[in-house]
Amino acid sequence: MGKVLAVTGNQAIAEAMRQINPDVCAAYPITPSTEVMQRFASFVANGKVDTELVTVESEHSAMSACIGASAAGGRVMTATSSQGLALMWEMLHIASGMRLPVVMTLVNRALSAPINIHGDHSDGMGARDCGWIQLWSENAQEAYDNLIQAIRIAEHDDVRLPAMVCLDGFIISHSIESMTFLPDEVVRDFIGEFRPKHPLLDVNNPVTYGPLVLPDYFMEFKRQQHEAMLKAKDVVLQVAEEFEKVSGRSYGLFEAYRLDDAELAIVVLNSAAGTCKDVVDEYRDRGVKVGLLKPRLFRPFPYKEVAEALSGAKVIGVLDRAESFGGFGPMYMEIASAMMSNGTNPVMIDKIYGLGGRDFMPEHAAQLIDELKEILDTGKVKLYKDYLGVRE
Amino acid sequence: MSTTPLRLKELSKKEDLLTGGHRLCAGCGAPIAIRQIMLAADVPIVAANATGCLEVSTTIYPYSAWKIPWIHTAFENAAATISGVEAMYRALKRKGKISEEIKFIAFGGDGGTYDIGFQSLSGAMERGHDIVYVCYDNGAYMNTGIQRSSATPFGANTTTSPAGSVIPGKLQPRKNLTKIMAAHGIPYVAQTTPAHWRDLMTKVRKALEVKGPAFINILASCNRGWRTPTDRAIEDSKLAVETCFWPLYEYENGRLTINYKPKEKKPVVEFLKTQGRFKHLFSPENEHLLQHSQELVDREWEALLREEAMWKAEEEKEEQKD
Repeated sequence: MGKVLAVTGNQAIAEAMRQINPDVCAAYPITPSTEVMQRFASFVANGKVDTELVTVESEHSAMSACIGASAAGGRVMTATSSQGLALMWEMLHIASGMRLPVVMTLVNRALSAPINIHGDHSDGMGARDCGWIQLWSENAQEAYDNLIQAIRIAEHDDVRLPAMVCLDGFIISHSIESMTFLPDEVVRDFIGEFRPKHPLLDVNNPVTYGPLVLPDYFMEFKRQQHEAMLKAKDVVLQVAEEFEKVSGRSYGLFEAYRLDDAELAIVVLNSAAGTCKDVVDEYRDRGVKVGLLKPRLFRPFPYKEVAEALSGAKVIGVLDRAESFGGFGPMYMEIASAMMSNGTNPVMIDKIYGLGGRDFMPEHAAQLIDELKEILDTGKVKLYKDYLGVRE
Repeated sequence: MSTTPLRLKELSKKEDLLTGGHRLCAGCGAPIAIRQIMLAADVPIVAANATGCLEVSTTIYPYSAWKIPWIHTAFENAAATISGVEAMYRALKRKGKISEEIKFIAFGGDGGTYDIGFQSLSGAMERGHDIVYVCYDNGAYMNTGIQRSSATPFGANTTTSPAGSVIPGKLQPRKNLTKIMAAHGIPYVAQTTPAHWRDLMTKVRKALEVKGPAFINILASCNRGWRTPTDRAIEDSKLAVETCFWPLYEYENGRLTINYKPKEKKPVVEFLKTQGRFKHLFSPENEHLLQHSQELVDREWEALLREEAMWKAEEEKEEQKD
């Protein structure tokens, strides 16, 4: 088995990238993901990888160079956060529209204004409709495991789509925790060789990437992209199964925690799930039937499976670390869609929490469970969408 | 590198790598330049193209006029895109996964190069990729319908710098991008036109041969935007050079050479008067604008002459030392 080490989330990501040893990385520094490329640059400088590192002049150019490199015919990775992802936004659609399996780490951070460097999910949620597969990670271990699996998922013949792996800025990226690394050769064998498809560098078989497609063909392109995204769900499970064989760690589409007989359920992404699980345990000890669902695969969203897992819950509290001003939070809308298309009709409330890195404390989770319990007992909802942990 | 002699007889035997059937306008300067570039190259080329006329008109799905590997991603990033392609080439070559000698060219119009793509171009040049960036400069955003760019010449009437009763067209002189690229200290920078095909093709060969980034700025007439008949592309390009509105010059490792000096420099009005975009400048009340156009041309041309003379003097000094 691999080594157990105490590392930061960024270190775990950089280490996964060293083991993956991509052909090209193009990146631009931005807090809190900077450390990833900084560490990776030292791997390049010291011959630990044989990657071409392209230190571009902006994130827009980072993604543009990643697209060029991926279309050229090799394995490509990058990392960014927040404004960097926002600047890439135009190119995110082009990477997915061209079906290029670029893999990116997104160290989640709030979007300006006001400027804030800390973790929330507004960057990743803003990229929800860009056609990228999204895997979300509670801690450094999950981020590391997800990144290695993302290579296989993105490059799978049924998929060929870009993928991003999300982890919480500072809370995970800069905190030290103990985790288990796979040996280098295990990662190498698990990801396998990159198999190029219609590479630009095959000069004997010239291809045109990025033509003008007018209304006569455009929808068929988009339909194919949609089909590929749907297929990604099964691929995620297949890859997880293989990953378990080499790592002993089990992954699904989401984590269901004490959910089987739960009347109350919390849905929460990433690091706050850890805090919530502790509080769920405390309430379980007191006989409250509460459980938790932590999505891992957010795009494509596994509606049916999520709805089935939550089908026993009478009241659901969704935690959103991103705002949709004037609307429900993005996670709430997915869960509502899942429950509606499943025909179940639980009471659902949305809590906006942790924006700009505001600490999410165990008392916040307790406050939410108390409210869910009150709704179960009284049948009355005060506010369907509200803030948690804010000064009024 | 085996090279086809730059003679029409030999060049005419080569395959055209931008085929006919594309939808660029009759009389457009861009495809003339592109075909000359392709004919000049005797090695396989992979190209990136910025959004613009050249891109939309040559790749209307399910057709493509390109017989080379070609990629278009967006407007402002042809230089960044080709950087990625070239980086992958270096990675795979080093790993022994690819053996051919391949060269990389990015094409952009003046909007995609002088304006929105300026940052990505500058970045790619600074990073030293082994690429050639070719700007086909027609002096406005022609694809979206003739809007002014920073390459639009002083006084030109465009849809966003219209010649009105108060403002007589574009008030600012054009950005001197060729000089800005030379200031990047890259091994090769040149300016040319498709009317001077031997000059253009020689420059393309030099740009492809140098190790590291090269930039070529090509004047490419646009009959829609210049408001000229469709048979004027070559004649107007010649006039641009004869009036020194668009001098032919190059920087090889920082050293300037003016490739052509007209025996008798024609007044710039000779270039302006055939084009509808400058028509308003010929009204009596706008005479001072014509004068200013001439001053701008003279200033640039004289600065070039002075710079070249400086280089010659330096060289003579060096020779005397030897």
